[in-house]
Amino acid sequence: MKYWEKPFGKEKPKVPNGEIHILKERCKGCGFCVEYCPKDVLEMSDEFNTKGYHPPKIMNEEDCVNCGLCETICPEFAIWCTLKEEVALEN
Amino acid sequence: MEPLRKTEKDIHPMDDLLRMDRIPHIWCPGCGIGTAVTAFAAGLAKAEIDLTKTCIVSGIGCTGRVAGYVKLDSFHTTHGRAIAFATGIQVANPDLKVIVFSGDGDLISIGGNHFIHAARRNINMLVICVNNFIYAMTGGQVAPTTPLATYATTSPFGCVEPPFNIPYLADSSGAVYVARWTALHVRRLTNSIAEALKKPGFSVIEVISPCAMYYSRINRLGDGLDMMKFYHDNTEIRHGEDTKNLDIGFQTKIIVGKFVDRERPTYMDSYNKWLSGTKKD
Repeated sequence: MKYWEKPFGKEKPKVPNGEIHILKERCKGCGFCVEYCPKDVLEMSDEFNTKGYHPPKIMNEEDCVNCGLCETICPEFAIWCTLKEEVALEN
Repeated sequence: MEPLRKTEKDIHPMDDLLRMDRIPHIWCPGCGIGTAVTAFAAGLAKAEIDLTKTCIVSGIGCTGRVAGYVKLDSFHTTHGRAIAFATGIQVANPDLKVIVFSGDGDLISIGGNHFIHAARRNINMLVICVNNFIYAMTGGQVAPTTPLATYATTSPFGCVEPPFNIPYLADSSGAVYVARWTALHVRRLTNSIAEALKKPGFSVIEVISPCAMYYSRINRLGDGLDMMKFYHDNTEIRHGEDTKNLDIGFQTKIIVGKFVDRERPTYMDSYNKWLSGTKKD
């Protein structure tokens, strides 16, 4: 059993980077995902969907850490994120 | 209108738990019931229970439509009788895990008697009660959970009736698991649902949800997002708090958390034990 971590040559911690998918036609524009995204990736857009609501748009997708909060807080099942890649943390 | 699903990439991961022919649902923009359903679907996935042995029962009301949207064996019952029907399902087939997903007006008002007696008998079911403080589907009438001095369609000078404290009611009637979360605490709600799904006995989870069209419009509280911001600033997590202290007033601090987690023999356990004892003699 190992009690300590390997001190040298250890891999750098990795940060996940997510890809956000939005189903714009399902959105009702409540703004929960935009308000509570911890990395402020989303923003309300000016465009309309066919129901006349403003769906969110992606501002800076490289900041997304694939936490999945938007997926869980969305009442309309209209947004989710998937893991794109894991980026090693810079020093 | 464009079709909702264009390619395989446009399929939401929760779509296989939903009846897609009924989506989009009827809930208003800013309503928290959809968030509760999302947390419920995530909790089902997290608990890893057999979905063929799970069934969901709903009553009437905004939240009563959940059974029509979730792709489990579902039952949409008469007003207030969701727990009564769920008791029948549970007693007829004790292998099933029954989930009752309904609103405060359905479960606590017209179905209040079924609620306390199912808790007293400790029937093995999970009750998710979405509390939006009002009868929303019928136009914003006073519910038994409407806080004092709140305006509603039927109380134009402010509600004068003291409201029910749902965790206290469930605790004193004998529920084995009582928790309360808001629609904002989605992660904790998901974990709580996953925990309660594995617990035998009568579990109650109260979900406080914004009602953007009636409760907040009549009381001038803004839209659903403003209510969520209010929950963000005015909720306090206190696990194991005495359920007597959990009253909710109009725009007062809301205490959330897991309050009760105890063991009691369930109805079917005591029934089978009693039956085997009498048959032996």
